[in-house]
Amino acid sequence: MTIYIAGDNIISSLGFTTDENMDNVLKEITGIRETDDRQLSPEGFPLALVDSQKLSGFFKDIANPIQYTRLEQMMILSVKRAVKLSGIALQDPRTLLIISTTKGNVELLENGKKEVFPTNRVYLWGLANAIGDYFKTSVPPLVVSNACISGLLAIEIGARLIRNRQYENVVVVGGDVLTAFIVSGFQSFKSLSPLPCKPYDILRDGLSLGEACATIVLSSHKHLLNNTFTIEVAGGASSNDANHISGPSRSGDGLFYSIRNALKSANMSADDIDFICAHGTATPYNDDMESKAVNLAGLQDTPLNSLKGYFGHTLGAAGTLESIISIHSMLRNKLIKTIGFITPGVVEDINVIRETQDCKLNNCLKIASGFGGCNGAVIFSAV
Amino acid sequence: MNWQVLISGWCVIRNNKVWVNGELVFEGAESFDFTNFSKAAFKSLDQAYVKFYKMDNLSKIGFLCAEYLLKDNSIKEKYTPDKIGVILSNAASSIDTDIEHQKTIADVNNFFPSPSVFVYTLPNIVIGELCIKHKFQGENTFFIFEKFQPEFMAGYVSDLFHQDRLKACLTGWVDLSPGAEDYEAVFYLVEWDNGAGRLLFHGENLKNLYNQ
Repeated sequence: MTIYIAGDNIISSLGFTTDENMDNVLKEITGIRETDDRQLSPEGFPLALVDSQKLSGFFKDIANPIQYTRLEQMMILSVKRAVKLSGIALQDPRTLLIISTTKGNVELLENGKKEVFPTNRVYLWGLANAIGDYFKTSVPPLVVSNACISGLLAIEIGARLIRNRQYENVVVVGGDVLTAFIVSGFQSFKSLSPLPCKPYDILRDGLSLGEACATIVLSSHKHLLNNTFTIEVAGGASSNDANHISGPSRSGDGLFYSIRNALKSANMSADDIDFICAHGTATPYNDDMESKAVNLAGLQDTPLNSLKGYFGHTLGAAGTLESIISIHSMLRNKLIKTIGFITPGVVEDINVIRETQDCKLNNCLKIASGFGGCNGAVIFSAV
Repeated sequence: MNWQVLISGWCVIRNNKVWVNGELVFEGAESFDFTNFSKAAFKSLDQAYVKFYKMDNLSKIGFLCAEYLLKDNSIKEKYTPDKIGVILSNAASSIDTDIEHQKTIADVNNFFPSPSVFVYTLPNIVIGELCIKHKFQGENTFFIFEKFQPEFMAGYVSDLFHQDRLKACLTGWVDLSPGAEDYEAVFYLVEWDNGAGRLLFHGENLKNLYNQ
């Protein structure tokens, strides 16, 4: 069975539609900026934030903003826009909504904020029910919370649930907002860079955090395809390093297992992959580990990018957001450069894309890794 | 008997008690809170695994459930690490540790976030802990549900077996409320097997074992 991409949307620091985001990426614009919000980032680390004023402006046309948290507003707006493009119905019992997030409405734990919403909204199932109720879904949304691979894993899970005929359409929304909770945690790990991140570069010194919400519509219905969308989910897998809960594998074997199994499920070999959209957080360890896994998979010569220099690390949204950008780079036949990368600085050689360029693209490998030693890989193909 | 997805064993932890395959194997004193109970249950395993003491409460209960279930089992010898998966679920995500981390940042004049707390503010860290302890490297996913969903979990995990992604899987439910007031872990060890007398891995059986 073929799983088609039938629609999408991105809300990020670079815009509120996929096209707006894509145009900014092709113009090599970054959403990572200095911030003077010391509540959010006490030491002034640069962040990639969604424009709150614009979000409120768009949201008040579709629902009452005081009934929804900022993350819920972003998710509802993003799902609404993606579904509208696709022609599927969320109320249909053959359609499932999957929500991917790491921290959901965790800001409701802050004093003064929790009193505003029902207590169950701090739970991820409570958030999911609020979104499900808004769209009047027939089945409660499925929630995936698996650290930084959540968004990519949710796409793989969605494709799996269509392939085994539990559903005909799956809408995957990945989202996280930046809060003091998240920024302080990464800061305590000393994994934030004082400057916009530099994936795979010799001078890389940490990640930049971003916030986003990105929605992708999967369907078994070929008639939903139009001139815009001619891409399928060809395969995918997840795996674990079994090495350390907060440090990546020393050998890259975990991520390699995901890549190998994704290729196998897509009936492909490494030679079939035209480019890799990697995780590339720009922490020293993550990028080194990825270079090892990519070599283990025999993909060291395949063009590879990290999109973290455009959007920052968008956590539970990263997998869906970066997949959508990769899908549109296939549709436009553009290889996208890795902003922030100048001098190779990873332990094993990989082919990092230096300049955005035209190139016929048929198969993309998207990979991700996260805390807990988890890894994921998904392959997208031109139909 | 044909090769099918079968339940090789299960472990239930709740109310200061541990049951393996329906038999009570450990009982903590009634007065025990989660800290006392988890410590006593760990000591009773007679293991020198100091990492246990660094874990948060959610990882502790998940660790204990896996240890009691797997201690007399040889799945590690039977399968390669990439064929053994861990697919878990709960309702409260990592809320107990989320609250701990929030306390460290509530006051700007007393700001002390710690990486050893923050890392546990993700529910799938318990999967990572189990994978490290047992060298499991297959599929891993953490789902959040308001209540345990045996039908969904059985269907999802079975599909991974039928696609030849897994030969064995640790799956189930591990949930812990703020302050560990309530806790519950129910794990099933599932294998692709032709053993007679084992329970079929389907929603109804998972539900019955969960409700024991």
